[in-house]
Amino acid sequence: MLTTLSRVIKYGLVGFWRNGWLSTATIAIVFLVLVGFGGLIMFNSLANIVLTDIQDKIDISVYFKTEAPEDRMLEVQRSLESLPEVKSVEYISRDKALETFREQHKDDETVSQALEAIDVNPLAASLNIKARELKDYEAIAGYLEKDTFREITDKVSYTQNVGVIDRLKKIKSTVEQGGLLLIVFISLIAALIIFNTIRLAIYSNREELSVMRLVGASNFFIRGPYMVQGVVYGLIGSIMSAVVVTLGVLYSSPYVKIFVPDVNGWAYYLSNLFGFVAMQVIFGVGLGVVSSYIAVRKYLRI
Amino acid sequence: MIIFQNVTKIYKMDDHETVAVEDINLHIHQKEFVSMVGKSGAGKSTLIKLLTGEEKPTKGKVSFGSYNVNKLKPNELPFLRRKMGVIFQDFRLLPNKNAYENVAFALEVAGRTQQEIMEFVPQALEMVGLKDKMRNFPRELSGGEKQRVAIARAMINHPDVIIADEPTGNLDPVNTWEILKLLLKINELGTTVILTTHNKDIVNSINKRVISVEDGRVIRDEEEGKYILV
Ligand SMILES: Nc1ncnc2c1ncn2[C@@H]1O[C@H](COP(=O)(O)OP(=O)(O)O)[C@@H](O)[C@H]1O
Ligand SMILES: [Mg+2]
Repeated sequence: MLTTLSRVIKYGLVGFWRNGWLSTATIAIVFLVLVGFGGLIMFNSLANIVLTDIQDKIDISVYFKTEAPEDRMLEVQRSLESLPEVKSVEYISRDKALETFREQHKDDETVSQALEAIDVNPLAASLNIKARELKDYEAIAGYLEKDTFREITDKVSYTQNVGVIDRLKKIKSTVEQGGLLLIVFISLIAALIIFNTIRLAIYSNREELSVMRLVGASNFFIRGPYMVQGVVYGLIGSIMSAVVVTLGVLYSSPYVKIFVPDVNGWAYYLSNLFGFVAMQVIFGVGLGVVSSYIAVRKYLRI
Repeated sequence: MIIFQNVTKIYKMDDHETVAVEDINLHIHQKEFVSMVGKSGAGKSTLIKLLTGEEKPTKGKVSFGSYNVNKLKPNELPFLRRKMGVIFQDFRLLPNKNAYENVAFALEVAGRTQQEIMEFVPQALEMVGLKDKMRNFPRELSGGEKQRVAIARAMINHPDVIIADEPTGNLDPVNTWEILKLLLKINELGTTVILTTHNKDIVNSINKRVISVEDGRVIRDEEEGKYILV
């Protein structure tokens, strides 16, 4: 069995080498398909990170009336924190708000002069609330409408964000659905093309296949070398594609950073590198092996 | 050892059918040397293909030793074929392998070790007189030499039967006799030989069993027969 296996592998490699042109063409197709596939996955995960990032920036701010006592405000914070929908609540006191405001406008003469002139802190204290899920913001906003809160709150800034949240939801589901559909479609086309290429290789060897059958070669002995070739196509194609996608991410991540400053595409890619390359190899090799397996079938009946 | 029982083969094509052989009953014993003669199109090759399992009979039963040939599944056929050595008019060597590799291939598919291959292949090629052309590719060999490689390949697994379908059809008289002598020698060493031919001279000179086929039927079957033209 072991001798047969090593012979099958040897003949697979010899055949790969001998069918040089066809091998090159098949690898090129595997490569193109996998680059498309990899690019799509990259785009999809990038879109997801960007969306999560934007989602992270969405929050509800409750501004208190300036005369509201601090212990009442902290009470509101505690009651919000007890809600299951709420991820975090940050209390920003009037002093803290002023400090941040000063920091942000420290280069602006007129602002600092104006602050000097009025001599009182004009800013309100606020609570900054983040929900676990996008859909929870509505419930939280509703909760804040309660009369006990209304006494001390000035305004809730949720309404301004409603449009953004809705649009975001739509974009996210479109990206997910469209991406999935495209991946399924590309995989199908790829399988068909590779299947046909390998069938062509086998067709040009059909006389040899019938001679092999007549001298008593088993199905495994005839089919094996083609499957080995399929493995080699998949391996080379997927490694090449992984290299190209890696370069693509490396060179495009600075541009992504311009649009979404907090997202480091390259770092994200590196942290998922192993999984991504493994997926490419498995997909490529699987494609090659399954296509070869089916393509030889017809010639094993005699 | 080989039995054809009421065997009929009809080739079905899109618009018509061809009855290639009809109601054949044959019994071939171990160590026999059988010549099968008849005009082109008589049905000789069809009988051979029914025996090797390349074709399935439309009716009847073909058995070889303990194998019921027409019942074998595609993945069982290789085991049958390793007990047969086949030789054809067009040689059917693998063009990308040299003489040594072509013979070795039959051992490789049978799962024999590299040591066995290195020992047996030169012996077989020596027996057919081609030891010094071991490294030649088929395109670098004459017709007679190619057929001798094919014979070495057919014998290498020590088959129970050698099946030669018009092995001398493409050869000149000298090479024809060389091939025939080899087949007789193989038979003397104890292997059954089935030879199809329409060469009258060789059949008449060897005094072995002759089965005459015409229009898909056996019309004559004689021990020490002659090729009688009708
Ligand atoms: N694969 C096939 N398909 C259809 N008809 C065939 C096929 N092979 C042989 N025949 C027909 O069967 C008959 C017998 O052919 P064959 O067995 O090759 O004869 P022989 O070998 O004696 O010359 C012929 O009429 C031939 O045309
Ligand atoms: Mg014939």
